[in-house]
Amino acid sequence: MVRVSEPVAMHMSDGLLNAPTSLLFVAVAVAGVGVALAKARGDLDDRTAPMAGLVAAFVFAAQMLNFPVLPGVSGHLLGGALAAILVGPWVGALCVTIVLVVQSLFFADGGVTALGANVTNMALVGTAVGYLTAVALRRLAARNKGGLAVVAFVSALVNTVLASFGFVLEYAIGGQGGVAFGTVAAAVLGVHVLIGIGEGLITAVTVTAVAAARPDLVYLLRGVPQKLELRA
Amino acid sequence: MKRFFLGFAVVSLLLAGVVSYFADSNPDGLDHVTEEHGIAEHAREHPLGEWPLADYALGGDDRFTGLAGVLGVVLTLAVAGGLFWLLRKRPDTRADVKSDVKSEVG
Repeated sequence: MVRVSEPVAMHMSDGLLNAPTSLLFVAVAVAGVGVALAKARGDLDDRTAPMAGLVAAFVFAAQMLNFPVLPGVSGHLLGGALAAILVGPWVGALCVTIVLVVQSLFFADGGVTALGANVTNMALVGTAVGYLTAVALRRLAARNKGGLAVVAFVSALVNTVLASFGFVLEYAIGGQGGVAFGTVAAAVLGVHVLIGIGEGLITAVTVTAVAAARPDLVYLLRGVPQKLELRA
Repeated sequence: MKRFFLGFAVVSLLLAGVVSYFADSNPDGLDHVTEEHGIAEHAREHPLGEWPLADYALGGDDRFTGLAGVLGVVLTLAVAGGLFWLLRKRPDTRADVKSDVKSEVG
């Protein structure tokens, strides 16, 4: 008899995708993480390396904290936008990847063959779209604390919804059970808009707290002239 | 700087070690949808499903969620911090960069 484990986190289990699709996304994840590893070096120094380690640890902790979104349904932080705003997109993608690997290999949270798809969705897609959204709104983020909070919120919401859309696409490519694309898309995206609001709030609180204490450690604000700092 | 890093670490440890007891134990959005539509029937048990730390417990005992969480934070910090420390640019390697790079436009 198989013990049915309690679901605690938004990670795909093994078996939801067929083997070729799982392998395809293992390849996608390996390629993406490889690029991130190569690019991350430029963003890491004696000051930012410890910060990045702490951001990964924070994302691990925050992912344990499921919050209610609907009766009987919870959600939790994914962390891609949060990590990217604080330590940059390449290092941020690595932070979320490490969290997912630790969760899968030490806490049986998220499948092993599904790790490729989970990394693709949460570490690559989520981080990338979260960061691109934040960069598009960078001028607002540099204006004041409220602006930064709004940018963090919106980036995190986009991160959650598009990461969940990654699952919808993967399921369409090679999902088990034959549920129609539209049905899966509507159900998954609907609930992840709600989860994204929670992700947005946690991200906004965290990023503004870091910015208040150590604005120099917020990657997004690096090199952006702050409002009161006029550059000749 | 040290104080900020220490504070950040303590916040993570408290979240995983204490606040985790108050987490909502209902299935999350993805689990809910896959259960609702019969997709979860295809899920295979995790190969480490019987491993002591599975599901953030200790030997299946949820009373130790906080301890499992603290272990996870420490492990993540060690793996990520170690990797990033090894990857970082070191001041002495910067000297290897060719000095003829014309980037210092004033």
